[in-house]
Amino acid sequence: MRNFIRFFSGRYPIGLVLLAVLSQTLLAEPRGTGDIGLVVERATGNLTAINTTSRRAVGKITGLGDLSHASLVYSPDERYAFVFGRDGALTKVDVLENKIVKRVEQAHNSVGGAISQDGRLIATSNYDPGGVRVFSAETLEKVADIKAEYGEGQLARVVGLVDAPGQKFVFSLFEAGEIWTADLHDPKNPKIQKFKAGKEPYDALISPEGRYYIAGLFGEDGLALLDLWNPDAGIRKIVPEYAKDDPKLPVFKMPHLEGRALIGDYWFLPAVGHHELLVIDRREWKVVRKIALDGQPVFVIPRPDERQIWVNFALPDNDRLDVIDTRDLAVVRRLTPGKAVLHMEFTPKGQEVWVSARDDDRVLVYDTENFRELARLPADKPSGIFFTSRAHRLGL
Amino acid sequence: MRFGLFALLVSALALGQVSTPTPERQQALLDLLHQDCGSCHGMTLQGGLGPALLSSALAGKSEAMLAGTILNGRPGTAMPPWSRFLSREEADWLVTQLKYNPPRFNDATRP
Ligand code: HEC
Repeated sequence: MRNFIRFFSGRYPIGLVLLAVLSQTLLAEPRGTGDIGLVVERATGNLTAINTTSRRAVGKITGLGDLSHASLVYSPDERYAFVFGRDGALTKVDVLENKIVKRVEQAHNSVGGAISQDGRLIATSNYDPGGVRVFSAETLEKVADIKAEYGEGQLARVVGLVDAPGQKFVFSLFEAGEIWTADLHDPKNPKIQKFKAGKEPYDALISPEGRYYIAGLFGEDGLALLDLWNPDAGIRKIVPEYAKDDPKLPVFKMPHLEGRALIGDYWFLPAVGHHELLVIDRREWKVVRKIALDGQPVFVIPRPDERQIWVNFALPDNDRLDVIDTRDLAVVRRLTPGKAVLHMEFTPKGQEVWVSARDDDRVLVYDTENFRELARLPADKPSGIFFTSRAHRLGL
Repeated sequence: MRFGLFALLVSALALGQVSTPTPERQQALLDLLHQDCGSCHGMTLQGGLGPALLSSALAGKSEAMLAGTILNGRPGTAMPPWSRFLSREEADWLVTQLKYNPPRFNDATRP
């Protein structure tokens, strides 16, 4: 009996400690992460974790460094996020526990990354030193270093890095004007294939099924297309003619291609330096229509059921969102969520969209059926919004 | 945004004080620098698609040339002209800040 009492009191109340630990484990509700998302707060280097069911902030992860232009990808189990910071840091974040698991300074200047098809490798897209570095998703140990060499040993800045079927990464070299594919079946010995793409590829996308890689060109009109089912056919230059007649406007923010709006046989892509969306028929890769807009599109994102396309804009029109109805390609709604609307993310089935308004320090949630505002959350200079459902989508 | 800026310019001109932006305007200019210029030059200005705009990188470059680049852009490159958002004086002020009074970025972001 005396021993029993000592077990719960005295100098080392081991029993109490054990009880505390046990009740913690027993009381903590087990939960999933399927309705969790991360919002990048670019100025403070934080992430806010949100829950799309409760429409609330559920956690804050701090100390991620320079998060301008930051993006992230998720592990296949939707538990971990891999965050790519502008300052070259790669951070592994546990979204169940809202904490940093591991962090490596892998380059001086970086612009994004991707997770391999099998979820075991993380690749980073680097400006300095120009190239792609590949890490173990488990430990963040470096397994490969792909230098983006061109000309006489110069290194090009790498953009538009995506994962592709066949355990590949595909990316573009800005200065070199090339597209490379890297097969990482043997992670320590990536097999590289190089293609001439055109002048200054600035961003790229891969089609949702993983067949086509399309890079936007800044230095010339048109896009570079690589058919990954048939790489030996090389690059095909598509829609070079789209802007012959009207002069390009200055571009205050580069468009992003990641939204990859492919609806039926039609791609909806932002035209660089024009107030337009291009509608491209993928059977012939021709522009079949242009949708006039009141600003330069940045993100062009389809609602998951493809009935709508949502578009945000570059400065000075970046306080709006336009919604296009895909039945008649008309702008049916204009929303004004706040100053500097940087990004939007749909819930996986599309009933809601989450929008970041950077200069008003808030994130808004809209019902996509009636455009009513459902919630408004404070966030510190929010930029990208990323839901865990991306874990199961190729190229995101 | 456009109208606000326009109004500000007009009132600045009316008062005859075009040389130094008001404190509020200075803050707005620094925000523009980090956020919007930052989308190409990096939020901490260490470079991205555009080159670094750190004082070390700009040392030895003429102020008039740099202000001209900001206002008129560089045709053939991704650097756009900012003259519809910035006056000459504001561009000069930004260049002076960049070269001699480098805006220190919120140290809280350092892990
Ligand atoms: C869309 C991308 C983009 C944006 C936005 C942008 N820049 Fe640039 N900037 C560039 C590029 C690219 C260059 C290099 C041009 C060249 O190759 O000569 C450059 C060059 C410059 C230079 C000359 C640097 C040197 O060493 O000669 C200055 C100064 C500059 N930018 C300031 C600014 C300021 C201030 C802003 C915001 C008001 C801004 N930039 C916004 C892309 C951009």
